[in-house]
Amino acid sequence: MSTASLDTASRGPASPGSPSDSVLGRPLTNSVSLADTVSHSLSMAKRGLLKIKRTPEQLIDVTVQPIIFTLMFTYIFGGAISGDIASYLPVIIPGILVQTVITTSVVTGVQLREDMDKGVFDRFRSLPIARIAPLAGALLADTVRYTIATTLTFVMGFIMGWRASGGIGSVVLAGLAVIVCAWAISWIFAFFGVIARTASSVQGISMIILFPLTFLSNAFVPVETMPDWLQGFVHVNPISHLVTAVRELANNGVVGADLVISLIGAAVIVAVFAPLTVRAYMRKA
Amino acid sequence: MTSTELAVDATGLVKTFGTNRAVDGVDLAVRAGSIYGVLGPNGAGKTTTISMLATLLRPDGGSARIFGHDVQRDAGIVRQLIGVTGQYASVDDSLSAIENLVLFGRLLGLSGRDAKRIAKNLLDEFSLSDAATRPLKKFSGGMRRRLDLAASLIAQPPLIFLDEPTTGLDPRTRNQMWDTIRRLVANGSTVMLTTQYLDEADQLADRIAVIDTGRVVAEGTADQLKASVGASALQVTLTDAHDTDAAVQTMRDVLGFRGNPAFRGDQISVPMADADRVTDLLVELRSRGIHLAEMSVQKPTLDEVFLSITGHGAEPAADELEGAHA
Repeated sequence: MSTASLDTASRGPASPGSPSDSVLGRPLTNSVSLADTVSHSLSMAKRGLLKIKRTPEQLIDVTVQPIIFTLMFTYIFGGAISGDIASYLPVIIPGILVQTVITTSVVTGVQLREDMDKGVFDRFRSLPIARIAPLAGALLADTVRYTIATTLTFVMGFIMGWRASGGIGSVVLAGLAVIVCAWAISWIFAFFGVIARTASSVQGISMIILFPLTFLSNAFVPVETMPDWLQGFVHVNPISHLVTAVRELANNGVVGADLVISLIGAAVIVAVFAPLTVRAYMRKA
Repeated sequence: MTSTELAVDATGLVKTFGTNRAVDGVDLAVRAGSIYGVLGPNGAGKTTTISMLATLLRPDGGSARIFGHDVQRDAGIVRQLIGVTGQYASVDDSLSAIENLVLFGRLLGLSGRDAKRIAKNLLDEFSLSDAATRPLKKFSGGMRRRLDLAASLIAQPPLIFLDEPTTGLDPRTRNQMWDTIRRLVANGSTVMLTTQYLDEADQLADRIAVIDTGRVVAEGTADQLKASVGASALQVTLTDAHDTDAAVQTMRDVLGFRGNPAFRGDQISVPMADADRVTDLLVELRSRGIHLAEMSVQKPTLDEVFLSITGHGAEPAADELEGAHA
């Protein structure tokens, strides 16, 4: 501020006092193009990555949870459900993967709530950027968290003796499918994040929904052992479809109907919740 | 004056939070290329007004145009014409100074290289280069404000909103901020700032709107405003408090002020248009047998301006506090 010769001096508005019809050499427009929307979202995603880099302690859940849960579930339930650990691994690894990664997506909503309370969101709202960008960017950056959780769960499975017969390519594909679905589901929690008043209430609402949804599925036990009325629900539960899709891919290298159903489900969630979330975000503004 | 010569043209702006009319029919006209001050106490509706003009809040009534563009219908265009520096630093705590500026530059459509170059220039200009890569958590209040203002200047917006740019700054940093604001306007920008300090509005603003409980209660140049409240304030303490009424009457007779005196303990404070008249007053008080324990002449405080214009002090009642800073 003390410097006498200023860069802004030469960069000031060209004609003082008159309304500019261009800013930074671009004509004024009231709408944001699709290309700009993508570019804004990517810039915001980069902000999210920088935040993760600055505060690596927020990755504790995605590193510790896959390790502990995989160990716990396998050794506690393995013998009881499948007779021995080795034959339970093909069942539990896809199940625990889906459960862990989807649970991780709750954090997205919680952090979005905390983030939106900061002053910097006022600036984002005052910038001529796509309204969806701050949200899409935050959600995009969080795929890093899902990737860490996915990789660790697979690695833990491998260490415990799980051999994916589908081959490495199918395992990667299965992991990608889970990450894509988790990203889609995170829009639901982002919506809660935008409309909720506090971060802890986001956590509360999300867990109430997610806990029954992940357990009332085929993730941990054979569905045949459940009462009929429960089987009905388990079969329509989208989590079951995703778990089955991952099992077919990783264990058998098969792309089945469940994968298609899961991806269509993911697309529907985004189509519904992305506009809802952006609208709620705008109204909050 | 046509609408295009006005940077800000607001008519009847209203914003309610629940039952509280935070902004209650505000009209503003800000000429392009000028500094416009919005003066008022906490909770008067300053931040809410700025937020509506900056497209951050939807008005519940009235309309506003920025360089002729409606803030609601053409919000996208308005956002390209403004820079906003909030009362609460609107920069990202989790990033460094340079990362903040580069991010905002990228969001404004600059290439990575241009964003970096402009960020570096701005950091130089605001004496923040040494702290460029330091986490913002270690920044002082003054450094944050400077970074915040720098972030608002990346796109060289023709209109800059500054919400209480110097609140909480030490006098030296405040003077630097004033210099920066003057320079912005010298380079052709329009600045609209809010402040709680009469002195600040006086120093900077070409025109001032005094705002109280959501309404504009006075508007004009600093000189016009001061003439209405007196250029200085006379404060006297009487030897005998029983003489208060007589003393106030004497002051009315000699100084010709209207409105109400402010009482602070034993002290009586009245606005005075011309400090020279104090001699006449002292002579008159002596001749009426009213004795003074203490006397001083000072610049009027915001409290006195408010008392004079609105009939009540600048301290807001609890239920008048601004409902949101969003």
